[in-house]
Amino acid sequence: MYTDILIIGAGVIGCAVARELSAYEASITVLDRACDVSEGASKANTGLVHAGFDAEPGSMKAKTNVRGAAMFQDLCEELGVPYVQNGALVVGFEEEDRFVLEGLLKRGEENKVEGLKILSGKEALKLEPNLNPNISYALSIPSAGITSPYELTFALADHAAVNGVSFQFNQEVKNLNLDEDGLWRVTTNQGEFTAKILINCAGEQSAVLHNMISAEPLHIIHRRGQYYLLDRIQPVPFERTVFQCPTKMGKGVVVSRTVHNNMIIGPTAEDIEDGQDTSTTAEGLKTVVEKSCLTWPGLALRSTISNFSGIRAHEKGGDFIIGEVNGAKGAYEAVGIESPGLSAAPAIGEMLRGLIVKKEGLQKKASFVPPIKRPKPFNEMTVEEQAKAVEENPLHGHIVCRCEVVTEEEIRQAIRRPVGATTLDGVKRRVRAGMGRCQGGFCSPKVIDILSEELNLPKTEITKSGGQSYLLTGNITDALKGEE
Amino acid sequence: MRHFSREVDVLIVGGGPAGLGAAIAVKENGIDNLLVLERANFLGGILGQCIHNGFGLHRFGEELTGPEYAQRDIDRVKELGIEIQTETMVLSVGEDLVVSAVSSKNGMQLIKAKAIILAMGCRERPRGALGTPGTRCAGIYSAGTAQQFVNLEGYMPGKRVVILGSGDIGLIMARRMTLQGAKVLACVELMPYSSGLNRNIVQCLQDYDIPLYLSHTVIDIKGKDRLTGVTIAKVDDNRQPIPGSEKDLECDTLLLSVGLIPENELSQGAGVDLSPLTSGPVVDDSFQTSIPGIFTCGNVLHVHDLVDYVSEESFKAGRSAAQYIKGLLPPADTVQVLDGEGVRGTVPQRIRLGQEESIALMFRPSGVFRNAVCTVTSGGRQIARKRAQIFTPGEMVTINLKKEEVAALSDSVTVSIERSK
Repeated sequence: MYTDILIIGAGVIGCAVARELSAYEASITVLDRACDVSEGASKANTGLVHAGFDAEPGSMKAKTNVRGAAMFQDLCEELGVPYVQNGALVVGFEEEDRFVLEGLLKRGEENKVEGLKILSGKEALKLEPNLNPNISYALSIPSAGITSPYELTFALADHAAVNGVSFQFNQEVKNLNLDEDGLWRVTTNQGEFTAKILINCAGEQSAVLHNMISAEPLHIIHRRGQYYLLDRIQPVPFERTVFQCPTKMGKGVVVSRTVHNNMIIGPTAEDIEDGQDTSTTAEGLKTVVEKSCLTWPGLALRSTISNFSGIRAHEKGGDFIIGEVNGAKGAYEAVGIESPGLSAAPAIGEMLRGLIVKKEGLQKKASFVPPIKRPKPFNEMTVEEQAKAVEENPLHGHIVCRCEVVTEEEIRQAIRRPVGATTLDGVKRRVRAGMGRCQGGFCSPKVIDILSEELNLPKTEITKSGGQSYLLTGNITDALKGEE
Repeated sequence: MRHFSREVDVLIVGGGPAGLGAAIAVKENGIDNLLVLERANFLGGILGQCIHNGFGLHRFGEELTGPEYAQRDIDRVKELGIEIQTETMVLSVGEDLVVSAVSSKNGMQLIKAKAIILAMGCRERPRGALGTPGTRCAGIYSAGTAQQFVNLEGYMPGKRVVILGSGDIGLIMARRMTLQGAKVLACVELMPYSSGLNRNIVQCLQDYDIPLYLSHTVIDIKGKDRLTGVTIAKVDDNRQPIPGSEKDLECDTLLLSVGLIPENELSQGAGVDLSPLTSGPVVDDSFQTSIPGIFTCGNVLHVHDLVDYVSEESFKAGRSAAQYIKGLLPPADTVQVLDGEGVRGTVPQRIRLGQEESIALMFRPSGVFRNAVCTVTSGGRQIARKRAQIFTPGEMVTINLKKEEVAALSDSVTVSIERSK
């Protein structure tokens, strides 16, 4: 199959780039080895929009983070993705932490982050009374925010798709070659793609792909971060995201509310061999709890609803690598996109688009379709709005997920979106059915029914998250026949 | 002023055994304007998927299946002409006794009630609440979800099964999956005793040679897409895994039966006081909550072992709600019921003074007590006593206060278990 532009990786970076380029005259295809958009690091991170105080001044990280963070408000507004500028605090517990915080402040000012201020422990406690009373100082970062990383990625993908971008899933890249006629030939487990322009946004695999086409090898370290997610039934203890001051004991963990008012605590930082090993460990989870208690002494694990881990793609050099691939004509890349990659994503998309449009001489399309505005979730509507929604569509009157109050209509819409859900997890991340305290115990049989109906597949073909993750192994009579 | 879709005397949230029992009692006690709201498209709640027998021994003196038990109440409800709305989800219950509910058929309704009976039942504790590490693969279900797949949908959730927790639904599913051709490798229980009924241990595990590993837990979950295995380990007295005791079990399914949680989001929204011990509302002996006019019964109040007792409780709650409507349940001074040694989460938590009716106190022992005595004391005097060969957390204890003892109450009541000397 030929496409003008082939993007490898349907995470937040690949989708941001695809969306930017979809405004230009070119056929675009996005490949991903997973079954859906946002299946890698984009689905498993803290969901923070960092202000940019932390990155080395002058680095690619600093540049794209600060620019990306500035784009977030408008982007999320346009796409209808939740975003809250809730502010952040970096808290220290020792007298000498003041020096570390002052260092961060200075670095932030160099990066042109506005509004940074050192607070006394007392001032910090006034802002966030549930903090550990032993806080010595805090750095206040009013411009920090939070978003829903996978909802952002889905929205970027949908917007790209309505502008003609094709998404191809379950495509694992095996080989990359530049033809004699100057075309990129990409072999996957399913077939072959040719393209004039190749963009590597493959996250954890980005160095592997880079090394297939470049003489200057890169090396990705897989850094796993484990998290706990808490039930949103318990009141949010902190409005702001709370970081811990880095000490000689290492980097602390983050305690933050999410845009849906769950609390998220973590991550750990463990370098591991297998970049796909997103399992959690007893040790890792214990570390998360111990460190979180330092910030939040009132933490009660009674209300955990999930634990999970994500893998950051840390390039050995420590910075993002964004631009043309040296010595590989028509190939571009975003490699080593770890934290603050989510915050930087809009800027990385913009930057690669600018570069590619200029280098490849792309022409702007006469018309660019605006994003389909995400409907307001039923759960967030007023009673009057809910009444109207049910009147207009009776399927809104059928609540499928009782914990998160998700309607049948919302689940059907999640499947019918431009890049729609095909799995139980896909539905969960798009509309939160199964995201609540029962973790899909009650609604998953019903969601499987709806998926089976909408996708016209037998229930036994429906998976949790693609691949071999089948949910049902057969009907009950078949199971008995197997015994004979 | 708010517009109400309608006004009723008694509104019952939930059409499972508790809601149905309460509805029958409300009507039989002379209140006609009542409405039951049920979120599913059928009545009877979880009984519909409990196709095994063993229900109704206490109430009917015979062994019924879940659907048969439920049908008796459904028939009675229909006979009494009680109005039911199914596929109707209650979204909120207000302190002012205004309920919002939504359905495809009737849209959004705001209903004003004079009394409300909360009967939402309970839900299963999911994997996420346990903090068990490992991958997030397919093939991990709560036992009740698996039961729904098998008994209502006709699908098998897996072929090689390990069960974590020895709650009754897990035990029942061990047998059910076996009968349906699956291999059940083990039932793994963290505590040194089962949390299920003894009869289920015998009939569902022992009869099928399924080993029960007490003081064991699952410490790792493996498999990238679908579950491929779990690691179990023995735990010490502090429930911590003992290094060296690990054992790998190859399986494609892990069923969890690790506890039931009363589903009190609506109660919480209304501002009803909840007990941290039962996770259900705090009630007096009329099953009235901290909000006048809001009553509750069944598994949303505290998790029962047997549906027979749920029905019994719901009749009492229904009768109280009817009395409340008729003005026969005036506010009264109460004394507290306190958990003493060996006792956890006694219901009711308060007893009204100045009445003459016997009262059943229900609780779960906090551990296993052999050859022990349960006592109830008040004002330094023993007012009830029950001896048993064994008290265990898996079986709820009921101890009755005679009406003359209730009438004489003036001080708080303490329930305790003492080992016999």
